[in-house]
Amino acid sequence: MSETGVPARNLALLGNPTRFLALAGTLVPLLAGATVIVGVVGLFLAFTAPEDYQQGITVRIMYIHVPFAWLSMFCYTLMAVSALGTLVWRHPLADVALKAAAPIGAVFTALALVTGSVWGKPMWGTWWVWDARLTSVFVLFLMYLGLIALTRAFDDPSRSARAAAVMTLVGFINIPIIKFSVEWWNTLHQPASVLRMGGPTIDPSMLWPLLVMAAAMTLLFLTLHVAAMRTEVLRRRVSVLQRMAARQAEHAAGRAAR
Amino acid sequence: MLALFRRDFLLGLRAGGGALTGLVFYLAVVAVMPFAVGPDLNLLARIGPAVLWIGALLAALLGLDRLFQADREDGSLDLLLIEADRHMAALTVFTKCAAHWCASVLPLVLAAPLLGLFLNMEPAGIFGTTAALAAGTPAIVFVGAAGAAVAVALPRGGVLVSVLILPLAIPVLIFGVSASYAAVADPDPFLPPFLILCGITLFLAVVGPVAAALALRGGTD
Amino acid sequence: MSAHAAYVTAAYALSAAGIAALIGWVWLDYRGRKRDLAMLVAAGIRRRSERARDGTA
Repeated sequence: MSETGVPARNLALLGNPTRFLALAGTLVPLLAGATVIVGVVGLFLAFTAPEDYQQGITVRIMYIHVPFAWLSMFCYTLMAVSALGTLVWRHPLADVALKAAAPIGAVFTALALVTGSVWGKPMWGTWWVWDARLTSVFVLFLMYLGLIALTRAFDDPSRSARAAAVMTLVGFINIPIIKFSVEWWNTLHQPASVLRMGGPTIDPSMLWPLLVMAAAMTLLFLTLHVAAMRTEVLRRRVSVLQRMAARQAEHAAGRAAR
Repeated sequence: MLALFRRDFLLGLRAGGGALTGLVFYLAVVAVMPFAVGPDLNLLARIGPAVLWIGALLAALLGLDRLFQADREDGSLDLLLIEADRHMAALTVFTKCAAHWCASVLPLVLAAPLLGLFLNMEPAGIFGTTAALAAGTPAIVFVGAAGAAVAVALPRGGVLVSVLILPLAIPVLIFGVSASYAAVADPDPFLPPFLILCGITLFLAVVGPVAAALALRGGTD
Repeated sequence: MSAHAAYVTAAYALSAAGIAALIGWVWLDYRGRKRDLAMLVAAGIRRRSERARDGTA
């Protein structure tokens, strides 16, 4: 990193992120409030919805499991768009968005796996099956972990931005291939004996709670994402100031020696 | 390009290049496997293709992090990128990948038949596995180039490259192993998985170098 | 049926724990960075733009 590159980059970072901090200050409480309201309504609907004649009470797990699974993909898509933002438009906030989204996406994916596993135990009689869908989500989880490791491996955010963006896009391009190959592998190894979720069609009495819960989870994700982005902007500001402080101390020491 | 290929190829073959180490690692992994699962020859014959594939995958990943790092340390990476204008950077990466494959991975493919004998595999299975390895390992190198380019500035990027690459290598592994098994099991056709494997290799031959070139350009400015 | 209810409870409890941990992490991280920034500002380290605005550059 050359010395002249640092101030130029900092100036570019200032204009937008300062406005973003102000925006986030109003946005986070709003989103958090909306999350709580929609979440309470969703949970109420989920627990008053009729039980499935086949799966009984365990169908209630669906109301959290499906939104988690949906958000795990939504989050990766958002990261891929942010990666494009970094590479094509060089927007300084795009990298912040990518880095902040990765841990949240990983937790949501992990929760999708865990709730699916807890659902699978009473329904399929086992915690884990190498079902095509489960395996794909598991691979997605591994990709999240790799990206988290990558975004945190560099000291210099401008360096990690490009690296993480490239790797996110390569992963995004590969997701259809992974999905396809896992399905091929699955049909090869085991006949489709497991009971697929959802069944033939989903009844409206279950669809509404599901949609409301999905909306609540999306709001939760957005709240956390904006909050994490705000933290990331602050973190970068802190590291810039620390570097400036070190440089000033160096200057002072040099002047004192002279 | 040809000069670059020859330079990289010879550097890779030299003792410090890691080609020999990778081969020895491959031998060691496959040799350790019978100790883990027991000396039952029937069992070994059954899991043989899988063992050969896992070993080759790990051995191929082993040297990948050095793909750009050595060039970066002595400054020749900057020269290569300056030489190449925007469209050529991916081609440069492609050439480096090809040289790396010939120097470090081709020996693994050539050693596979010998190791197949150790694992009591049938001749047809040995042939199928070797063919699938030859078709599939370039894909690992190409996608690995993207990972190596991303982690080029990290002093200890080796593990990180493996962590990033392994999920992306799953399709290669799936179709490689199913092609290898299809060569033995009669009802399964050999060609469909093998051709899909070739398709994945061609696809990643485009995606990997382009992504690696993008990442390398970011690392230099 | 009660065994199944236990599974449902477990799923919801695990999710709540996961989300709570995530919220806690985001919140604590924010608090920590905020404190770092306040400490640096208190030590008199300013960003260029702020110094220019104050006319003390």
